[in-house]
Amino acid sequence: MAGEITMLSDASFDEEVKSSDQPVLVDFWAEWCGPCKMIAPILEEIAGEKAGSLRVAKLNIDENLETARRFEVMSIPTLILFKNGEPQHRIIGAKGKGQLLQELQTYL
Amino acid sequence: MTNEEFREVTIIGSGPAGLTAAIYTARANLRPLVIEGEPSSTGDQPGGQLMLTTEVENYPGFKDGILGPELMGSLRAQAERFGAEYVTAKAHRVDLSSRPFGIWVGDPGASEPTYRTRALIIATGARSLMLGVPAEQRLLGHGVSTCATCDGFFFRGQDIAVVGGGDSAIEEAIFLSRFGSSVTVIHRRKELRASKIMQDRAFRNDKIRFRWNSVVEEVLGDGSVQGVRLRDVVTGETSVLPVSGLFVAIGHAPNTDLFRGQLDMDDAGYLLTHEGTRTSVEGVFACGDVQDQVYRQAVTAAGSGCMAAIDAERWLESLGDEREGPAAASVGGGASEPAVPLGGQDGS
Repeated sequence: MAGEITMLSDASFDEEVKSSDQPVLVDFWAEWCGPCKMIAPILEEIAGEKAGSLRVAKLNIDENLETARRFEVMSIPTLILFKNGEPQHRIIGAKGKGQLLQELQTYL
Repeated sequence: MTNEEFREVTIIGSGPAGLTAAIYTARANLRPLVIEGEPSSTGDQPGGQLMLTTEVENYPGFKDGILGPELMGSLRAQAERFGAEYVTAKAHRVDLSSRPFGIWVGDPGASEPTYRTRALIIATGARSLMLGVPAEQRLLGHGVSTCATCDGFFFRGQDIAVVGGGDSAIEEAIFLSRFGSSVTVIHRRKELRASKIMQDRAFRNDKIRFRWNSVVEEVLGDGSVQGVRLRDVVTGETSVLPVSGLFVAIGHAPNTDLFRGQLDMDDAGYLLTHEGTRTSVEGVFACGDVQDQVYRQAVTAAGSGCMAAIDAERWLESLGDEREGPAAASVGGGASEPAVPLGGQDGS
């Protein structure tokens, strides 16, 4: 079951992330990053399974470098979980689904 | 009653060795199961080390080169076309003490294995070594990187260091020179181990410099990398090299923790093979970097994957009667218990 994923940009980031009443998991990614591609289907699954308690969003760092810099992203994939617009937890590097869910669990 | 799946052949690992073994065993109608690993950024992901590289120029048949991830995608699809099946997970435990062998995916403490297999082909490869110096782990993702193709982009116009002197290190240095204002290769010897063509390219590249006879003693920086402290191994002098990116390519360690105590290995942990790809346990075969610290090429890995598939197929044929009973029943209905004594219960 693949869930809905919100595409973010420098322009829409603040509004989308701050106004969300659910925690938002943002995937900082780029087209040329192999490990980013590996976790893309996992994030779709998580979006489906956690629908209602978590929003999953993606930010292409090639096109939106400003936001990536603001959150000091220096390695991709980086996943940052935001709650009320504030970063709560950061996961650097590709991981398997089980490990991702385990790391996110305490914040949901 | 057990509910594990039974297979004639299971392959752990999905780099060039594992996927070539999958192509050959699939074409032998053995319906191989490939336990391909989980996403990671360190070299042990599905597709193996080539997933973190860019252009592969020395794989025969691609005159203009091919991207590593593209090559692995093709190999995977090729094996799938002939009936290979994939599980995107890591094997967490194996029991090789009796046949059919047990493989645990997920909970390694479960009483029954997830899969049972008559023949096992190990192609778990090798992973990149880290330096193991202070602050390296803390700054991982904050300037310390295990994946140049993922992270080079973030160091545009900055000073970068690459540690190592082999092909991987020089390939990374050349790749990173597209982004950085300078790339310093830090190598503990005074000459490179990399192939001549890679060396020539590096020496001709204006952005690439060399710090010979040097080792990294510490990564410096609070929130992100600000430099590395180097020690000259000849003079003993230490110095600080200011860089904001540090890429480590100092060599590899085989992914064999899973088999410790069950298969013969050399001192460095590489699996020992004899008569082709046979390991110290009958029915277990090994191919690719997990048993090779000499050649370590995509094409040699693929070649040994083919050897393992042929060795496994012939070994299965040689079993004759033993092969008849449980496999047929299990593959067909999945209901009956294997007749061969199970080993995974530890008697505890």
